[in-house]
Amino acid sequence: MFLRPSVLSALLVSSLLGVAAPARAGIKVVTTTEDLASLAREVGGDKISVESIAKGYQDPHFVEAKPSFILKLHSADLLVVVGRDLEIGWLPPLLQQSRNEKIQMGSRGYLDASLTAKILDIPQGQITRAMGDVHPLGNPHYWLDPGNGRRIAQAVQAKLSELQPADAVYFAQRFADFDKRLAEAERGWDAAMGPYKGTKVVTYHRSWPNFVERFGLDVIGYVEPKPGIPPSPQHTINLIGEMKKVKATIILVEPYFDLKTPQSVARETGGRVVVLAPSVGGVKEAGDYIQLFTYDVNLIVTALKGLGK
Amino acid sequence: MVKAPIPFLVALLLTTLNPSASIAQTAQPTEAGRLKAELDALRLEFSNRIVELEARLTAVESANAAASAAPAPTPVEGPPPVLAPAVPMGGGGASSSKMFNPDIAAIGDFIGVAGKSPGGGEPSLEFHEAELTFQAVVDPYARADVFLTFGPDEVGIEEAFITFPTLPGGFLMKVGKFRDAFGKINAAHNHVLPFAERPLLTQNLLGGEEGLGDSGISLSRLFPNRFAFVEATGQVYRGESSIFKAEKRADLAYVSHLRVYRDLTESTNVDVGGSFANGHNDAGPGETTRLLGADATFRYRPLRRSIYTHFLARAEAAWSRRSELSGPSAFGAYGYLEYQFARRWTAGARFDTSERAIDPSLKDKGASLLLTYRPSEFSLVRGQYRHTRFGDGPKANEFLFQFLFSIGAHGAHPF
Repeated sequence: MFLRPSVLSALLVSSLLGVAAPARAGIKVVTTTEDLASLAREVGGDKISVESIAKGYQDPHFVEAKPSFILKLHSADLLVVVGRDLEIGWLPPLLQQSRNEKIQMGSRGYLDASLTAKILDIPQGQITRAMGDVHPLGNPHYWLDPGNGRRIAQAVQAKLSELQPADAVYFAQRFADFDKRLAEAERGWDAAMGPYKGTKVVTYHRSWPNFVERFGLDVIGYVEPKPGIPPSPQHTINLIGEMKKVKATIILVEPYFDLKTPQSVARETGGRVVVLAPSVGGVKEAGDYIQLFTYDVNLIVTALKGLGK
Repeated sequence: MVKAPIPFLVALLLTTLNPSASIAQTAQPTEAGRLKAELDALRLEFSNRIVELEARLTAVESANAAASAAPAPTPVEGPPPVLAPAVPMGGGGASSSKMFNPDIAAIGDFIGVAGKSPGGGEPSLEFHEAELTFQAVVDPYARADVFLTFGPDEVGIEEAFITFPTLPGGFLMKVGKFRDAFGKINAAHNHVLPFAERPLLTQNLLGGEEGLGDSGISLSRLFPNRFAFVEATGQVYRGESSIFKAEKRADLAYVSHLRVYRDLTESTNVDVGGSFANGHNDAGPGETTRLLGADATFRYRPLRRSIYTHFLARAEAAWSRRSELSGPSAFGAYGYLEYQFARRWTAGARFDTSERAIDPSLKDKGASLLLTYRPSEFSLVRGQYRHTRFGDGPKANEFLFQFLFSIGAHGAHPF
């Protein structure tokens, strides 16, 4: 078991080479979700490379901590996370095994995008798991408000400029350009959603508080009885009753949930199930952050028009 | 070999160790860029403040609303009730002292067994184990994990170690007491096993009911390449565990493990490993036990339906050779299949075979069928039918059932 000096030095040399080998152009950014990846791409352009761990069509609460992700993190210069405990079930072991000092929590290469975002649903008072899978630090689906998208992009811009000051002007220009395009797109979304302000909707999971607040929808119930708890018959019956009472007809569902319960609720209430993309890459058409909202807004407007509203 | 001046070598070494430094030095920011960056930082700061103020405003508004909506307190006899202030007062002061507390969790594992088994087998109803876990970051260089177990007859340190995750050269070091990196399930705690008990392979060859664990030092490193995840681990132990016995300080035990993992598609992957362990045993001075292990796992979990279904196939084998015995090594293996057929339901089957370490001519065989129900991530109920045919004759047909729960903040498990 004891290694001879020659073997030891060979190991040492190879390990040093291993550290030095990846000659790269620009900052290597790894994000936990595709939304963050898209925003980083908007700001970083070709001065950075971006990879996301979770795919847009998977439940970001339940990502498997696969060793292949350890490799991605191993060589990253910057890690951007959603935070608010969204990744608590899978990121810590990946980060610990990444053997990468730069991106550990608290290091320069670790950016929690939620720190500058507007966070909703921060629980007040005592919380227990009898309430289901509550997030003690607030709702982590905050990227679904374009205002927060802008804030995240700005935080990424500041971080990239800190890591690579030579390109600060470039990042600032890219951010300004994105800011402009986003504002323009927002005017379009507002115009499309404007007539439907106050429309009562039901969502599957509590993924949409920032989205509905931004676009003026009114969530009157959830398909899940409690966050993270699958639908129960009694809750579904109550939900149908409530929907009939307040005349809510739209059920917003994330692509990774089973459609059986939402569809039976829709049949009972004469409503419609709308499978939205909660993240960039959730569907092909939602290829970047701006397209994500365009896609979702279109789906909702089309569904409401179809219901004669 | 070309002779290079020493300062040059030092500089080369420094740049190798710190590639970012060289980038920063070669690319000086332009004056305009710097100003722009400063301006942007200011903008960001202001927008942050606005967000913060907005958040405070909503908090105050909701507190006011709550205060006005609350009914007037009715007078009661006796001491006045303590009313919680509507706005959390001095909350930061109270919680900041707890902020550095480690994540604490308790895990309870209850096992019941029905049916006949030679020698009695496990007790009919037993609170098998309570595990207390404490996990926290120590300082910028290390984190620590402590797992204490309380069984029916004993209290013990399941694991307690400090991890240095970012040593130079890409090494990860663990120091303390921990479970050996031998094979797949030896390193796993009881509560993450997909069965109610450990397979015959563990019982007969790898340290009895609880498996292998000891005090030692572990060093592991990744070998990044384009084709697969490759991780090599080397561990040195005191040599005192259920298999190894150290009569003197030099009787150390060594474990090495190589893991190769590859994604086949985004939904499927393969994970194979080889393990080797060597240490002194209790047969007498100079006698040793050598263990050789191999494991292979195939996983399937479609990302769009990841919370509803997955499939896993695993095989693990080990050979044990005790130097005092002549003849062939003792061989053991198990195969396990698992299929999740609904969000809360998983079915499994396990096939066991294992010779006994001290008498390889005796071979025990077994088969189990399993059904697991998970009301949430934090609890499960499991039923296991187990048929065992012991090498010395008797057979056992048993039904095991298990209740598992976890409270508190328990860190995520490695994949």
